[in-house]
Amino acid sequence: MSGDPADGHRRPSGHVKVSRVSIMLGESDKAFRAVADLSFEVAPGELLCLLGPSGCGKSTVLGALAGHLEIATGAITLDGEPVAGPSPDRGLVFQQHTLFPWKKVRHNVAFGPKMRRVARRERLKAADDLLALVGLAGFEDFYPAQLSGGMQQRVEIARVLINHPRVLLMDEPFSALDALTRARMQQVLLDIWTRIPTTTVFVTHDIDEALFLADRIIVMSHRPGRVIDDIRLPFARPRHADLVTEPDFVRLKRHVMGLLRHRDT
Amino acid sequence: MATRPRQAVRWAIRAASIGACLGLWQFAATAHLNLGAVTFRNVPPPTEVAEAAVVLLRSPKLMAHLGSSLARVFAGYGAAALLGIALGIAIGRSRAASDLLLPPLELLRPIPAVAWIPLSILIFTSSEVSMIFITFIGALFPIILNTVHGVANVDQRLIASARSLGGNRLAILQEIVLPGAAPAIVTGLAIGMGTSWFCLVTAEMISGQFGIGYYTWEAYTLQNYADIVVGMLVIGLMGMGSSWALTSLGRVLMPWHRPSAVR
Repeated sequence: MSGDPADGHRRPSGHVKVSRVSIMLGESDKAFRAVADLSFEVAPGELLCLLGPSGCGKSTVLGALAGHLEIATGAITLDGEPVAGPSPDRGLVFQQHTLFPWKKVRHNVAFGPKMRRVARRERLKAADDLLALVGLAGFEDFYPAQLSGGMQQRVEIARVLINHPRVLLMDEPFSALDALTRARMQQVLLDIWTRIPTTTVFVTHDIDEALFLADRIIVMSHRPGRVIDDIRLPFARPRHADLVTEPDFVRLKRHVMGLLRHRDT
Repeated sequence: MATRPRQAVRWAIRAASIGACLGLWQFAATAHLNLGAVTFRNVPPPTEVAEAAVVLLRSPKLMAHLGSSLARVFAGYGAAALLGIALGIAIGRSRAASDLLLPPLELLRPIPAVAWIPLSILIFTSSEVSMIFITFIGALFPIILNTVHGVANVDQRLIASARSLGGNRLAILQEIVLPGAAPAIVTGLAIGMGTSWFCLVTAEMISGQFGIGYYTWEAYTLQNYADIVVGMLVIGLMGMGSSWALTSLGRVLMPWHRPSAVR
């Protein structure tokens, strides 16, 4: 990534503040409150996991952070500026199948710079560099459909990071992958995140995944989603796969399972 | 490999099937077979058709007829393709355009293009333009409808991704909506090409001066029965050629559409 003239974008910024946010979903008479009075903050450079049962509104919060959904009340700010509409500053990675099928991998990644009118040679060079960083050197000229699910998610991450976002928003990005690939992708994500420190909000319903990745976990209740716990994880980095069998990990896992089980019934 | 000989056998069966059809035709025509409701008394045998085809191939008439038919299809179908894709994108992308344009189009759509022939002869002072209009009408509706369908079915998450990556309205149209709708548009173009030929041949039979439909109908009125079948075969070949051209175009324009998986 060195030598990229756009590097000036990346400062230790990315302070996310969600204050007393409610979000309504659905058409007028069928509208319901998906998120109620939710508040939390993410420190610059922090990797935060939003953990909760399906339907708790965690993806809705992410959609609002991305600027795709409007909030009914409250405020969301990034470095003090209110969030208004989608922006490359807030890179969003979906669960699966959102690469542009008609663009080769290299051109998918270079899409953001193309929108900023970066010269062709320069943006393709930047795309190739990022593809190398996510471990996909040699696959630049493939179409997305020719790649495995894990490789496609690496391209997704590269396509978002090329814009030097101040915050990286990930909506259950690995949940469609098989268990082994998922574990490898978690490692890949931590590796990338260490090399390009970016504030990250990672939505998941997988307790192990949240505990393995995060600096901090916010546990959300059933709909309408509220914060039921805010846990700072004590595990050192770099983290390795055997972390999941350590006593501290297991103890925290039991604690979170208890939280979610109580609210489930 | 057991598949090779099996393939050879299948091809042999296919060839034999065509041969049998030709043989039956030859027999029925030379024997002047009369089955009451169906009679082969005036049907030329394949050998006569082949002779007539050779005569037509050698005569300058062929190029004149084909040339005028192709020119009409190019003009009518070309206009339908341009207008149909433009209208389809507008209707698929904008609610206002859909409310404004869709109702009249929905009213006109159930009318078969061939039913437009009498009116179009009355409207257009030149019979040439009226025939072009018929091919235009024939192709227009399948192209519009398939384009609308393709545009409306572009994955919303792709559009959301593009917006998150900094794409504005125009960029999303060019980079996401058009390629996303391309397979449906090509389908519409292929269906439109078929109806376009169908309408052209009918129009030429009624009001033509040259053209392959006119040639076929003229052969009937002049009692050159072998030429009727030659005309039919040429019409079939032209339809086949144009649909092959469209599929090839689709493959060139959409290389991503059927890539082989490596893993």
